[in-house]
Amino acid sequence: MADPMKIRAVLEGDVCNVKVLMNHPMETGQRREASTGQLVPAHFIQNVSATLNGRLVMEAQWTQAISKNPFLGFKVKGARGGDRISVSWVDNRGNKNSTDALVGT
Amino acid sequence: MKQARRKFLATSVGGGAALAALGLLRPIGAYAAPFNVDAAGANNLKDAFKSLGANQMSESRDIFIKAPNIAEKGTVVPVEVSSKVAGTSNIAILIEKNTNPFTANFAIPSGTEGYVSTRVKMSGSSPLHVVVKAGDKFYHAQQEVKVTIGGCGGGS
Repeated sequence: MADPMKIRAVLEGDVCNVKVLMNHPMETGQRREASTGQLVPAHFIQNVSATLNGRLVMEAQWTQAISKNPFLGFKVKGARGGDRISVSWVDNRGNKNSTDALVGT
Repeated sequence: MKQARRKFLATSVGGGAALAALGLLRPIGAYAAPFNVDAAGANNLKDAFKSLGANQMSESRDIFIKAPNIAEKGTVVPVEVSSKVAGTSNIAILIEKNTNPFTANFAIPSGTEGYVSTRVKMSGSSPLHVVVKAGDKFYHAQQEVKVTIGGCGGGS
């Protein structure tokens, strides 16, 4: 349903630098359609979580003030090359998406 | 229609506050944490801080905010926060002049660095606030961001 995400996890020493790019309109609910003048209903990612080999390493609550096609970066200590990092999100309509990647060295 | 929505918002926000007072709402950090309705619905900075539990905060020099001093477009303002506060468990970002200041709250389990990077929308020039939770204490830092073209309403 939702477009795929882009994810990159690169090891710097023993810290894994994770960068994720998601595809989402992130509508605030305050914007009007230029042609009709109608308010575009709010539609945004509410929860994001990330795991490293199944262990929760980051969880976020977001609002409509996160930019369209959101970017998220975070750093996990103690990761090793080949570990699996997964990121998933849920939006205010219950749509979900997730992706994963192996930690690269 | 509009009236009904107002009423709904008022009751849901009020209900949320009552639940929070009873301690029934689990703080973010528990797996699949519930959406913090109070924080998201708060329309001023003071209420937003309160809804995060941050009634008392100490100013901290261990919180580093990397955001542009002048942002050309309010729709995409890159923000990087790193917290050197020992035991950082949450990093929250709030934009004072947005209709709803609360922007994001990141739960940082031990083993994850006190660092987050994202991009936010700003309706106009505003102080950008960061609240860090460590143990049961709250720490605060802020930076002014000037926005040339606002990120809400007009344009895309």
